[in-house]
Amino acid sequence: MADLTTGTLGDTLRRNGVSRRGFLKFCTATASMMALPPSMVPVLAAALDNAQRPSVIWLSFQECTGCTESLTRSHTPTLESLIFDHISLDYHHTLQVASGHAAEAAREAAMQASAGKYLLVVDGSIPLGNPGFSTIAGVSNLQILEETAAGAAAVIAMGSCAAFGGLPKADPNPTGAVAVRDIVTDKPVINVSGCPPIPVVITGVLAHYLTFGTLPELDQYSRPKAFYGTSIHDRCYRRPFYDKGLFANTFDDEGAKKGWCLYKLGCKGPMTYNACATVKWNEGTSWPVESGHGCLGCSQPDFWDAGGFYNALSIPVGDISRTASYAVAAGVALGAAAAGINRKTKTEANRQHSTVTVDDLEKTS
Amino acid sequence: MNTLGPSPHPFEVSATADPGYHNSLPLLHEIAHALRLLRLKGTTTTLDLSAIPFGPGDERLLLECLGRGEVSAKLEALGDSHIWESAYPGVWVIEHRNSCGERIAFQVEITRLPSILETRLEDIEEGLLALQRALANLQTDKSV
Repeated sequence: MADLTTGTLGDTLRRNGVSRRGFLKFCTATASMMALPPSMVPVLAAALDNAQRPSVIWLSFQECTGCTESLTRSHTPTLESLIFDHISLDYHHTLQVASGHAAEAAREAAMQASAGKYLLVVDGSIPLGNPGFSTIAGVSNLQILEETAAGAAAVIAMGSCAAFGGLPKADPNPTGAVAVRDIVTDKPVINVSGCPPIPVVITGVLAHYLTFGTLPELDQYSRPKAFYGTSIHDRCYRRPFYDKGLFANTFDDEGAKKGWCLYKLGCKGPMTYNACATVKWNEGTSWPVESGHGCLGCSQPDFWDAGGFYNALSIPVGDISRTASYAVAAGVALGAAAAGINRKTKTEANRQHSTVTVDDLEKTS
Repeated sequence: MNTLGPSPHPFEVSATADPGYHNSLPLLHEIAHALRLLRLKGTTTTLDLSAIPFGPGDERLLLECLGRGEVSAKLEALGDSHIWESAYPGVWVIEHRNSCGERIAFQVEITRLPSILETRLEDIEEGLLALQRALANLQTDKSV
């Protein structure tokens, strides 16, 4: 187990031979990652230089390990490795060397050594239906979460499963899955939603805690506003096409080839809050909308049950582009007009939505 | 023959530029506004380009428009960083890459000299001590 008290981040960096220009570069990249304005770099530099080494315990429950995959596929190894070299990751099923009793002993030792100070990261939802649905060393997820959260300074619910129940909670929720916040009510809980979350969002939240020793400002779903403060739609480079009423109607029509808005093809960008449009994925190469596919809304609660991925948020009445141009001509904002149309038809669309069962699939195959 | 005068500016953005490039033109206006502030009040501005929702082609258009001036520098610390002055004096482009060559930050800084190029006081103090030690060693060698 790592020593929990080996100096500040500045000490760590200097021990690794990082120069002052290198440190400033590190701070610039960290500020960018944390979505802080560049003017904050000097403040960040001072705070990071004196940041203490925190202990982190990472628990995995009903999950697919996609969140850990996302984290370990981060495209900024220098930055991530510096951050993760600095935190003391004392327990993580997938990444730790120890197993069995030794692994559980490491968790208990970290909980005792840093009681009240350690950061608890959880990925996966917690089954309440039957304790046997998901256990670790024969202990139910619920029991492990309750005993580990008791001594934590704060809890980070990593990914949509931990934040909102995610896929395990999808209708009919066979395991009785719930989110971390349904169990932990007496500690600060920060939700880092996404399926999976963007790697730099994960490290950005950790970097914020590391830097300032506090949790960042949160939105109504307890997500950091720095990354979840604006909708995909508002930050989308295709937004101007929406404003002009230019939409792709199929994935291979002229509109799709010209890169027009994917709203009619089911894009959930207008109701989804995340940083994909600016941070992007795969070393900043692209993101779903840039690749020609609508946003699935994976960082929103219950996204799996929010209707079909290829159904428009609501079904526009008639031709939305023509309707919208009338609205603009009348001096009404297009977005407001579209929203009004959407509200009108949403109830009907929901009523018509029917659940597909295994029997249905067998009938059509 | 060299003459003093404004450097040649490479870009002329047509009003009918490809409609896919939505965000580079407003950004260029913001850069122009920041350059005016630098000229009038000495205010420096840093724009974090990773926070801008660029579409395909936006970045290429921006860099083509900014062009390259007569100064460029390479910083080797935690991977390479490339810093160059654009064709518009006072407008600098800074690209930080990590040790794997992947970009970790991308900025436009409107300033007389990017702060990352300035030598820190602590480095000057350490450098002075190191130089004094080197000189002392040289003198010792000479006396032997």
